[in-house]
Amino acid sequence: MTSSRLRGALITAVTWVLVLMFFFPVAWMVFTAFKPEHQAATSPPTFAPDLTLDRFGAVFDRDMLPYLINSFSASLGSTLLVLALAIPAAYALSIRPVTNVRDALFFFISTRFMPVAASIIPVYLLLQSVGGLDNITWLTILYVGVNLPIAVWMMRSFLAEVPREVIEAAQLDGARLGTEIFRVVLPIVLPGVAAAGLICFIFAWNEFFLANLLTAQVARPTPPFLTSFVDGRGQFLAVLSAAATVAIVPVVLAGWIAQKQLVRGLAMGAIK
Amino acid sequence: MTALMTSPTRRRPSGAAPAGDSGRRGRLAVSRALLWPALATSIVLTQIPFLLTIYYSLQSWNMLRPGDRGFAGLDNYVSVLRDGSFLSSLGATVAVTGSAVVASTLLGMLFAVLLDRKFVGRGVARTLMITPFLVMPAAAALIWKWSILDAATGMANWGLGLVGLPPVAWNTELPMLTIILVLTWQYTPFVMLILLAGLQAQDKDVLEAAAVDGAGALRTFGEITLPHLRQYVEIAVLLASIMLLQVFDPIAIMTRGTGGTKTLSYLLYERAFVGLEVGEAAAYGVMTVLVTIVVASVALRTLFKVFSKEGIDR
Repeated sequence: MTSSRLRGALITAVTWVLVLMFFFPVAWMVFTAFKPEHQAATSPPTFAPDLTLDRFGAVFDRDMLPYLINSFSASLGSTLLVLALAIPAAYALSIRPVTNVRDALFFFISTRFMPVAASIIPVYLLLQSVGGLDNITWLTILYVGVNLPIAVWMMRSFLAEVPREVIEAAQLDGARLGTEIFRVVLPIVLPGVAAAGLICFIFAWNEFFLANLLTAQVARPTPPFLTSFVDGRGQFLAVLSAAATVAIVPVVLAGWIAQKQLVRGLAMGAIK
Repeated sequence: MTALMTSPTRRRPSGAAPAGDSGRRGRLAVSRALLWPALATSIVLTQIPFLLTIYYSLQSWNMLRPGDRGFAGLDNYVSVLRDGSFLSSLGATVAVTGSAVVASTLLGMLFAVLLDRKFVGRGVARTLMITPFLVMPAAAALIWKWSILDAATGMANWGLGLVGLPPVAWNTELPMLTIILVLTWQYTPFVMLILLAGLQAQDKDVLEAAAVDGAGALRTFGEITLPHLRQYVEIAVLLASIMLLQVFDPIAIMTRGTGGTKTLSYLLYERAFVGLEVGEAAAYGVMTVLVTIVVASVALRTLFKVFSKEGIDR
C-alpha cells in the first residue's frame, strides 16, 4: 500500500513538472512583460527584476488600442453573423427534415478543410478592385466564411440532443416556427450556442493570414500588429512580451472559463 | 416548458402515418429556407473564389504586366511541376505536418493519461495545459523565437547550460525544428483535450472488472483503454493534420520559409503577393487543394463513421 502511494505521489510530481514546463513560455512571457527593457533579454536571465508597468504603458503609447478594437469588432461581428446563419441551418439539418442532410453537412465541412490557398488570390484581387482592402467590414465577412462550418457542425451536434418529444409537442401545440426555435429549442441549447460562439471568437481573434494580407493600417487587427514590435535596432523583448500578453489575455481567460465546452467545439462536435 | 409538460398526452403516436404530402412539402420548404442563407454564404465566400482560382490558373497573368494577360492552358501547371519549388515545398509541408502531428499525438496521449488521474490540483493543471492552444499563434511564434529560442538570451539555451550542454543556434541552424517545436507546443493541448474526453467516456465497470481479474495497469491500458481510444486518436490526428497542412503564421514570423520550411501555403503567398505571378500562384493554389483533398477525404470518411455510430440519420 505504501509503495503504491509512493508511486502515486511520484507520478503526480512528474505530472506537475511536465505541466509547468509546458506552461513555462506563457508564464515567462507575462513575467518578462513586467520587466524594464534592459533586464528582459539578458544572459543569464534576470529572475529578480525591478518590476514595472512601464512596458504596458509603452505598448499603448504605440497606439495598440485601435488594433485591439479592430480585432474585437471583426471577432464579435463575425461571431454574431455566424450564429445568426448557423443556428437556423443546424436546426434544419438536425430537427426539421431536410432531404440531403449528409450532402449539406459534407459541403459545410469541406469548405472548412479547404485551404485559404484555394480562394485567397481572387478574394484579394476582388477586394482590391472594389477598394475593399484595409476594410474591417470585409475582413469580418471573410471570417464568417471561415467559421460558419464549425458553427453549423457544433450546433448540429447540440441540437441532435434536444429530445424529439419536446419539439413535436411544440409543433402539435400549434407553435409557429419562430416560437418553436426561440421559446422551446434555443433555451435548451444555450450552452451550445455559447460554446460555438466562443470558438468562433477565438479563431477570429487569433487569425493571422487574412488579417496580415488584407489590411494595412486603418483596419489592421492585433496579430499582424504584434510583429511590428520586433525591432532590429535595439532591445524589444519586454515591450513585445507586454503587447503579446495584452493580445492573448481576452481569449485565454474566455477559454479557461469555458474549457468544458471547448473540447466539443474543437472536435467540431464529434465528441461530447 | 408547458410544451414539455403536455407532451406525453398530446404526442403523435410513434409510427403514425406522416403528415399529408402537402404538409410534408411545406415543412421541407421551411427547412430549405432555414438552410439556404448559410449555404449561400458559404458558396459565395468559398466556392466561387475557388472556381475563379481555377480560372486564373489557366491564364498567363503577372500583375506587373497587366496588358499581357491571356489564356495559357496548362502552362502554369507544367511550370509548377517543372520548378523544383513545388516538390520541395510539398516535402516541407509533409515533414512539418507529419512531425508536428506525431509529436503532438504522443505528448497529447501522455498528458491525457496523466491528467485523467485524480491528483491535487488537477483542475488547475488542466487549465494550464490547454493554454498554449488558446494563445494567439502570432504571439506564440514571436515569444518562442525571441524569448525561448534566442541563441544568446533564450531560456532554452539557459536550460541546456544548467545541465552542462552547449548552447544551440536554434533560429539560424535549426529553423525546421523551431517550427515543429512551436506547432507541437500549440497542438499537444488540442490532442490532449480530445483524448481526455475519450478517457472520460470509458466504461468504468470494465476497468474495475479488469482490476479485479488481476490485470496490471499497463495491460489494462494496452488491451482495453487503447482500443477504446482509437477513434478519438483518429479524430484528433485527422483534425490536427488538416489544420497543420494550412499552417502559415509561424513560418511567416519565424523563418520566412528559409531552411527547408517553405510549406505550400507560404510558397503560394510568396508567388502571389511578392512575385505577383497570379496565374502561376493560382496553379499552386489548385495543387494545394488537391493535396488537402487527399487528406481531407480520409478525414471526412472517419468523421462520418463516428457519426453514423451515434445516429446522424435519425
